[in-house]
Amino acid sequence: MSITCRKYYYGDIPDNNAGGNISPEKNKLSGNDWPLWEVFIRSKQGLDHKHAGSLHATNAQMAIENARDVYTRRMEGVSIWVVESKHIHASNPEEAGSLYDPANDKVYRYPAFYDLPDELKHM
Amino acid sequence: MDDFEKNFQGKIDAEIKIEPKDWMPEKYRQTLIRQISQHAHSEIVGMLPEGNWITRAPSLKRKAILLAKVQDEAGHGLYLYAAAETLGTTREEMIDQLHSGQAKYSSIFNYPTLTWADIGAIGWLVDGAAIMNQVMLTRTSYGPYARAMVRICKEESFHQRQGFDILLTLSQGPDAQKNMCRDAINRWWWPSLMMFGPKDSDSTHSDQSMKWKIKRMGNDELRQKFVDMIAEQVKVLGMNLPDPDLKWNEEKNHYDFGEINWQEFWNVVKGNGPCNKQRLDARKKAWEQGAWVREAALAHANKVKLQTHKGTLEAA
Ligand SMILES: [Fe+2]
Ligand SMILES: [Fe+2]
Repeated sequence: MSITCRKYYYGDIPDNNAGGNISPEKNKLSGNDWPLWEVFIRSKQGLDHKHAGSLHATNAQMAIENARDVYTRRMEGVSIWVVESKHIHASNPEEAGSLYDPANDKVYRYPAFYDLPDELKHM
Repeated sequence: MDDFEKNFQGKIDAEIKIEPKDWMPEKYRQTLIRQISQHAHSEIVGMLPEGNWITRAPSLKRKAILLAKVQDEAGHGLYLYAAAETLGTTREEMIDQLHSGQAKYSSIFNYPTLTWADIGAIGWLVDGAAIMNQVMLTRTSYGPYARAMVRICKEESFHQRQGFDILLTLSQGPDAQKNMCRDAINRWWWPSLMMFGPKDSDSTHSDQSMKWKIKRMGNDELRQKFVDMIAEQVKVLGMNLPDPDLKWNEEKNHYDFGEINWQEFWNVVKGNGPCNKQRLDARKKAWEQGAWVREAALAHANKVKLQTHKGTLEAA
């Protein structure tokens, strides 16, 4: 059977050559996707907001409403932050080494560095 | 293999997740975009066979449950589209590839839902089979995909349980309901086995995908796990699976099962299933008829932005 040379990456879905951002006719697309937003959710009063995912919306209010429907259908949150993805600045993973390196050799920042007598309690 | 690639494979081998801004081989990126977007399409198209029964669910309780379940599937689609977008594709491009037929979705959704019992069988068998794949994917090597899967798996167990609950009720009802239950199991059993894809010996996929830890178990292994699970659960319904070769194999510690009709499998994959055309038409129609909403919302947002901008200028 000739079709068996097709690739199957996930279950019964054949690969063909679909799904990559390689389509030559990309210019026929309108480029009119709504802006992308990042969603942060506070799961419980007293905890930090944590990144939950992203979604498309035309403005902040719609982003919050969509975030409620998409990310908090089961009481996962008591507060939602949204910020347009283009406003997020991120550190460069390739520079992670030099960025965090100075913190690496200062073991005296940790309590376990200090070897104190056992009779000292509650410290 | 250059240094970048060595470094990359080293991370994968050490079970360190790959994140969107990390360096990755172009092939890895493309493979993921394909897999994640087609997975997303499956969640979205998967709403159609079940949506078919929302208005006809037998009670208000069942209707509310089915609505919640279908809404979850929409959410799964969104989590996955968002994960794919972190790799540099756009929502519009993915949707376009689905509509042009270039991208596929799981063939299981090309089967029709003929009776209410089908909704039970889908939850139990189809979501059940999907869960096998998805639990594996919570450990996939790409961070955003793995995190989306964790979220999805949390929600899926309700899907399978509500499906089983529907069949359990029918299996304890009058003969007409028992027959409906049996008929649905008979029709959905084999297609759900096909959801795991061709035998490992018949597909060339796995090497690279396994090496990159995108996929972490073979099709045969997942399918066997599923058969072992369902063969036990079906006893609780007092029903049988439509496979005369299904029997416990003491030696292997697994169930043996009969040969899948691969002819049918390839046929549906190629687009000749009972509902291929209907499903795609429904998606295209929804997209086209929603175009004015997308445009109007964008136009409105731009107008408000312009007004606020003018307001600030005047105030200055
Ligand atoms: Fe799902
Ligand atoms: Fe589901």
